[in-house]
Amino acid sequence: MNSAAADPAIIEMREASISTLRDASLTVVNNVNWSVAPGEFWVIAGQQQSGKSDFLMTAAGLLLPASGSCRVFGRETDSFAEAELAERLRIGYVFAGGKLFSQLTVAENVALPLRYQQNLSTAEASAAVAELLEVMELTPFADTTPSNLAANWRQRAALARALILQPEWLLLDSPLGGLGARHRQWLLLFLDQLQRGHEWFGGRPLTVAVTTDDLRPWRHAGRKFAVLDEKKFSVLGLWNEVESASHRAVKELLAEPAGATL
Amino acid sequence: MRGNLAKTFQLTNIQVFRRAAMPKSYTDQLGRKLFLALLTLQGLGAFALITIGVILNKFNVAQSVMRPRIRHEINRAGVSLLPMFFFVALALGFLVIGQTVSALAKVGATDYLGSTMVIVIVRELGPLLTAMLVLARVGTANVIELGTARALGEVEALEALGIDPVHYLIVPRVIGMALGIFSLTIYLIIGALASGYLFAFLQDVPLTPGDYFKQITEALSWLDFALLALKTTAFGFFIAVVTCYHGLAQPLRLEDVSRVAVRAVTQGVFVCVLVDAVFIVLYLVT
Repeated sequence: MNSAAADPAIIEMREASISTLRDASLTVVNNVNWSVAPGEFWVIAGQQQSGKSDFLMTAAGLLLPASGSCRVFGRETDSFAEAELAERLRIGYVFAGGKLFSQLTVAENVALPLRYQQNLSTAEASAAVAELLEVMELTPFADTTPSNLAANWRQRAALARALILQPEWLLLDSPLGGLGARHRQWLLLFLDQLQRGHEWFGGRPLTVAVTTDDLRPWRHAGRKFAVLDEKKFSVLGLWNEVESASHRAVKELLAEPAGATL
Repeated sequence: MRGNLAKTFQLTNIQVFRRAAMPKSYTDQLGRKLFLALLTLQGLGAFALITIGVILNKFNVAQSVMRPRIRHEINRAGVSLLPMFFFVALALGFLVIGQTVSALAKVGATDYLGSTMVIVIVRELGPLLTAMLVLARVGTANVIELGTARALGEVEALEALGIDPVHYLIVPRVIGMALGIFSLTIYLIIGALASGYLFAFLQDVPLTPGDYFKQITEALSWLDFALLALKTTAFGFFIAVVTCYHGLAQPLRLEDVSRVAVRAVTQGVFVCVLVDAVFIVLYLVT
C-alpha cells in the first residue's frame, strides 16, 4: 500500500456539492471532501433517495459537481471533454439494474464499447468478449437479449460491459440490489478478486467503489466505508469503526430489515 | 450526462411550461403556446446544428460499428419500404395521373401533360407523399425507440462507456432517412408515372408511350433533378432531427413516450410543409 500511497489520488473531491441528474439545480449532498487512493475498495452507504447514484455518477465524472472541485485521475471533471476520452475510458461504471441496451444481445452489449473505442469488427472483438463472458459465466447467455434474462444475469452482463475496456476505477451503483444469494456471493467474491488483481486483468488491482443501502454484506477488513445522510457525506473508516459508530444512519444501515427473521 | 448533454437538451423551461396549470385568460394561453413554440424551435435548431457538427467531426470514428448501423437504417427507411411504395405508386398513378391524363386528352390539352406531371408528381406529390409515409412508418418508430432508450437510462449508459449518443443513435438515423426518402421518391415518381400511363392506356387515351415520356423528359430540367435531391434530403434530415430530438433530447418517463410520439409526428408534418414551402419559393425564383 505504500507504493499506492505515492500515486496520485484516483479521485479527490473538495467542498463538492452533488446535484441530481434530473435537475441540476437540486443539490442532494453538500461539502463533500473525499479522496480515494489507487487499490482501495470503498463502500458508500445510504438510505433510498440519499443521493447515492448521483454521488457515484459525479465520482465517475459523468455528472459535474454543482460547486467545489472534483478531480478524477488528477484532472477536473469539467475538462473531461471529447479530447480526454482516453481518461474517461479508465473509468468503468455499472448502473443500478444494469441498463443494458435492450436491442442488443449480451455478447453485443459487452462487445459494443470495445468495438466502438477500438474500431473493431464483430469478429475481431469476439475473442476478448468470449473470454470475458467465460470468466463471468455468461457464455450460455451470449445470444440472449436483456429482456429474456433474469435480473441476476443482467447485472453480471452490465459488469462485463464495464470491464471489457479494462478500467482502473470501477464504480457500481447498488450492485447487490435484487440479486439472489448465490449471485450476491459470487459478486462479492469477484469484486474482491478484482481489487486484489484478477488474472483477466493480468493481476492488476482495481480501485472499486460501490453504493449500498445495506452495509452487512460488505463486511470486510480491507474495505473503507462512508455514509450519505441528510445531505452530508461522512467517512467512517474501516469495518471496526463502522460497527462502533454512533451515527443513527449507520445503525439503520446495519440493522436487520423488518420481517427478515420471520 | 457529463453535465453537457443534460444542459444542452433538457430545456426544463419546456417541461415547466407544459406541466403548469392552464392559464385562464386566452391571451395567457396564446402567450404560453408562443413561448413553447419558440423554445421548441430553439431546441430543434441546437439539436440540428449539433447533429451536423457530429456528422462532420466524427465521419471516420468507429466505422466498424457505424457502417452496419447506417446500412441498417437505410434498409429500414428505404429498402424495407419498397413493397409499400410499389403499392402507393400504383395507387397514385391510377387515382391521380391516369385521370389527369384522361382529362387533359378530353379537352385536347395533352401538350401540357409534361409540365403538369413534372409540377404535380416530380416537384410536389412525390417528395411530400414519400416524406409523410416515411415519417409515419419510421419517424414514429424513432421516437418510440429513442424515448424508451432514454427513459430506461440507455443513453446515460452510452455516455458512461465513452460513446457519443448523438453519433451512435442519431447520425445513422439521419443518414438513413435522408438517403431512404431520396431513393424512395425516385421509385415512387417512376412507378406513378408508369402506372399512370397504364391507366390512361386502358381508357383508350390517344397517346403513345413515346409521346408521353418524351413530353415528361422535355418538361424536366437539370434544376428539377438538383432541387429534387436537395428537397428529399432536407425532408429526411428534418424528419430525423424532429423525431430524434423528441425521443432523445428531453428527459422522458416511459408514460411520456406515446404522447411525445404524437407531438413529434405533428411537428414532423409541420416541418415538411415548411420545407416544401421554401422549395416552392425556390422553384418560383429559379
